[in-house]
Amino acid sequence: MIQTFAFYLFAVLTIASGAITIMARNPVHSVLWLILAFFNAAGLMILVGAEFIAMLLVIVYVGAVAVLFLFVVMMLDIDFTELRAGFVKNFPLGMALALVLLAELVLGIGAYRAGALELGTPDGSAMAPVGESNIEAIGALMYGRYLFLFEAAGIILLVAMIGAIVLTHRQRTDVRGQNISKQVSRRPDEATVNVKPEVGQGVTL
Amino acid sequence: MIGIEHYVVVSSILFVLGALGIFLNRKNVIIILMAIELILLAVNINLVAFSAFLQDLTGQIFAMFVLTVAAGEAAIGLAILVIYFRGRGSIAVDDVNRMRG
Repeated sequence: MIQTFAFYLFAVLTIASGAITIMARNPVHSVLWLILAFFNAAGLMILVGAEFIAMLLVIVYVGAVAVLFLFVVMMLDIDFTELRAGFVKNFPLGMALALVLLAELVLGIGAYRAGALELGTPDGSAMAPVGESNIEAIGALMYGRYLFLFEAAGIILLVAMIGAIVLTHRQRTDVRGQNISKQVSRRPDEATVNVKPEVGQGVTL
Repeated sequence: MIGIEHYVVVSSILFVLGALGIFLNRKNVIIILMAIELILLAVNINLVAFSAFLQDLTGQIFAMFVLTVAAGEAAIGLAILVIYFRGRGSIAVDDVNRMRG
């Protein structure tokens, strides 16, 4: 009973906040609704016992990706009303295409329910061991059978990080930065001069 | 009782919402990126639900890889957005023709 109630609560909230994400006028509101959608999707995943992925979703999406979006939306000075110009014009066609897509997907699910499709059965080699928590079982699998895939994921993140830095980095010429090697290699005899000016003449440097 | 079909329906609706978001906000590339995140979230819900109902943890591992790719994609996409805005002062993407594609 409580499971059914929680499922419908999370599902309705996920879908509603997803819909508001794409409809909102203000992109800052969009990001905030996206965060709510991710939270409720994490709730859906906890309901089936996938705590690790649920926590990862909250930490990675809400903690990193959504904040990155918020950062960019607030940093760029953009006239968002101008960007919404095609919204009403695209609405009927977009809605029609979305309904067709949804009808096709639901048709597929109906076919599965009618027993026309057979899901593959897992071979049991990646079965969750009884009595172990979700994160222990995932850790054993990830650092065992999927170790190289895990390292490939790390390389993807490294490449993404380097790419983002290289893309947005720029050498600025209008600021005077500190040149440390020049500063350190300075000697006293080239930094100071001894002059003996005439009285009343002053010094030219 | 909640079965696999319920989860698949939720993720289908979320996927369609993401696709609709790309259609509706053709100019605003920030919303397009968020719609792509919604699509990847739908994929993740699907993977996790099937993994849980089939008692096989591989789906959850792959959901983590999808998460990795989504994070990298968001970082690169927003970096491209920032340099595009720096050069043009606008992010309207429907008239992008810099590469003459």
